[in-house]
Amino acid sequence: MISLMINGERRKVDASPDMPLLWVLRDQLGLNFTRYGCGQGLCGACTILLDGEPVRACMTPVGELAGRRITTIHGLEGGVAKLVKAAWVELDVPQCGYCQAGQVLAATVLLRKNPKPSDADIDDALDGHLCRCGTYRRIRAAIHLAASRLGGAP
Amino acid sequence: MSRFDATALGRRDFLKVCGAAGLTLAAGSTAAAEPGEFVANAFVSIAADGQVTVTVKHLEMGQGVATGLPVLVAEELEVDPAAIQIAYAPADAKRYNNLFWGPSQGTGGSTATANSWEQLRKAGAGAREMLVEAAARRLKVDRAGLVALNGEVVHGASGRRIAYGDLVGDAAKLTPPDNPPLKAPADFRLIGRAGVKRSDSKAKTEGTAVYGGDIRLPGLVTALVARPPVFGAKLKDFDRRPALALAGVVAVVPISSGVAVVGTDFWSAHRGREALKVDWTTPANPPSTETIRRDWTALLDKPGLVARAQGEAEAALGRGSKRLSAVYETPYLAHAPMEPLNCVVKLSRDKCEIWTGCQFQTHDQAMAAKAAGLRPDQVDIHTLVAGGSFGRRANPASDYIVEGVEIAKAVGAPVRLMWTREDDIRGGYYRPMFLHGFEAALDAGGMPSAWRHRICGQSILDGGPFAAMIKDGIDFVSVEGAANLPYAIANLQVELHSPKLSVPVLWWRSVGSSHTAFATECFLDELAHAGGKDPLALRRALLADHPRHLAVLELAAAKSGWGEPLPPGKGRGLAVHESFNSFVAQVAEVTIGPKGEIKVDRVVCAVDCGIAVTPDVVKAQMEGGIAFGLSAALFGEITLKDGAAEQSNFHDYRCLRMSEMPKVEVHIMPSAAAPTGVGEPGVPPIAPAVCNAIFAATGKRVRKLPIGEKI
Ligand code: FES
Ligand code: FES
Repeated sequence: MISLMINGERRKVDASPDMPLLWVLRDQLGLNFTRYGCGQGLCGACTILLDGEPVRACMTPVGELAGRRITTIHGLEGGVAKLVKAAWVELDVPQCGYCQAGQVLAATVLLRKNPKPSDADIDDALDGHLCRCGTYRRIRAAIHLAASRLGGAP
Repeated sequence: MSRFDATALGRRDFLKVCGAAGLTLAAGSTAAAEPGEFVANAFVSIAADGQVTVTVKHLEMGQGVATGLPVLVAEELEVDPAAIQIAYAPADAKRYNNLFWGPSQGTGGSTATANSWEQLRKAGAGAREMLVEAAARRLKVDRAGLVALNGEVVHGASGRRIAYGDLVGDAAKLTPPDNPPLKAPADFRLIGRAGVKRSDSKAKTEGTAVYGGDIRLPGLVTALVARPPVFGAKLKDFDRRPALALAGVVAVVPISSGVAVVGTDFWSAHRGREALKVDWTTPANPPSTETIRRDWTALLDKPGLVARAQGEAEAALGRGSKRLSAVYETPYLAHAPMEPLNCVVKLSRDKCEIWTGCQFQTHDQAMAAKAAGLRPDQVDIHTLVAGGSFGRRANPASDYIVEGVEIAKAVGAPVRLMWTREDDIRGGYYRPMFLHGFEAALDAGGMPSAWRHRICGQSILDGGPFAAMIKDGIDFVSVEGAANLPYAIANLQVELHSPKLSVPVLWWRSVGSSHTAFATECFLDELAHAGGKDPLALRRALLADHPRHLAVLELAAAKSGWGEPLPPGKGRGLAVHESFNSFVAQVAEVTIGPKGEIKVDRVVCAVDCGIAVTPDVVKAQMEGGIAFGLSAALFGEITLKDGAAEQSNFHDYRCLRMSEMPKVEVHIMPSAAAPTGVGEPGVPPIAPAVCNAIFAATGKRVRKLPIGEKI
């Protein structure tokens, strides 16, 4: 049994330690909001936060996670996250939506650390998050919109 | 009461709970009435609490049908589109067929809005008329004195008003009108107006939208399929023991496409598939990109079947004062939607239920029935949203659906079939590779006087259920965008070779236009330069009889600052193309770095899609189409070596990233014409616009896609 802290709740799972967290979340715990896009750390669809840092769940063996704080889009809370999600909805960012949880998580972490990101900062933080629907312009605009409402304080 | 007890909750509440929690979906929604519900027609129902539900018959795969289609209803029904609840239609060709496809339900060819344009406005108007009639009887007033307004029927003279929810019982007893009056476009308050929001932004931002891979059923197992590594290979033998020896692997079964490894979860099935030992046959002459290129280049020297002939192209080629020839090439492309293919299938003796982002309901229903040994009406399809498709889920072979059904049948349990990204990239059903051979002549004034275009590539329709659409050997899908070249060139011939290969091919966002626009718009640019003409001026001169092409071209050119000088290292290119009855022009601006690095800075796009029902969705589709087309133009390429794809995942099948996305400005032509497609038409012009811009900046012609990161 591996004991995990997911979105503030303690969950016990019976999984082999090399099983990627992605499949523990999806198939063992029914937490479907974390999505499979490539399984090789190449797309960002499976992004979760590990102790507040964005991480690819498809590349993260569950055995290494005891005692770490795991946050999925479902547990993403706080003022910055709220502003990011509101900006996303206001600008109608999503198309198919499949990549968006990962994008929102990455954008939230960016703004928590850097409340006034430049376009280059956004490129750095989000370049590994593919969107086949091509919502990049709106993602960028939504990050700037959320930043403008942050008033500089994370 | 348990929160997820379906029987204790109303159907609507149950769906709401499931949707919000992303949990097991018990049933798709059908139009069966709840007590007290007013089912006005196949698309509109209203509950006693006033909740309006609109049934969407098309697949929402990102293109915005779940926003635009309800708006058509809301316009006539006089309700707030934001308050509408959406249900996805069951597979039912009688009620939910695509009106452009005859008796078949499905989504494709950018037809969703266009075929629903009248149908859904009538559905909304019909419901409205019944509510007004019910109110007139209740209030005992002449119905001429009543208006429907924001979910109520209002009696102007007395100020009395009745909410729709209070009229449902009476309205349900009335006969639906055959031809309810529709608004004049001048009276539209939603259609074509800014400010209508997407219906699905919140769910998709918070991650709660439900896709095929999210469905859980009691006893559900997960299957992956080992498919032939080489196109055309067949299963010879396999040893299931190494897979079955692993924890979590519950079955290994042969199916028609390969060997299915079934596990308790994805990871178990995945490990099982890696352990599985399979022998495949070795097909004779497996195709490689190099041999295909060599063979087809030779074919371009031979006349093909004539798809269009006007004037005397051959003779006129010899008479011009200048002659040009060029060969253009486009590769195989995978669709690579962000959500790899999947479906959930539950089979019983007399019923087959399927949950998936279904794009081809009627066809998939028939194919699933065949695989299950049932009748089509015994197959229920619960259409979910899809994480993209770009054509991949509209497969005449219903490949992933049939796999799901075959596995469910073999293992006797509900199955979730999953494709990995590697399966997706290597699995075929590609946009076909094409070669385009051109010969052209210019007259003494530098104007094109002859144009011969030979196209060579696999037919998508050939050998499938739609093969009857091939006329006189010409698959129109291979020549669309080329055979209907709009330019006034007196002597023009378009020919087609359709060689056969074992590589399965399929439509890919914008289909034939995804390669014909590149070839024709770049070659026309070559003619402009050879004739000493500005590319815009030449197009203008040749499009006099095509006002809609011309209008978007002028608009894009004007907004882009066409003709204004640019610093060295920068260039502008343009392209205009009609597809799916919409007209799109794009001007691309590029910067070439000191080492030849290509950066696409800005794209100005003008689109005429008739009435833009939801303008912001149209803009989003142009932005997305440009990103999708640019991915392919810069990086997209499946190459074959000895019958196998050489790419496997996003590291070698590169897609556009955030830092590579240009600024995009979209301008929508005002129009009073009925709506036409928007999901696909944004794609075709971007590759030629960028290549023409690269020429303007460097003097180098790109005749083969992908361009690559450097020139
Ligand atoms: S699924 Fe993990 S990065 Fe793509
Ligand atoms: S919204 Fe579809 S992949 Fe990003």
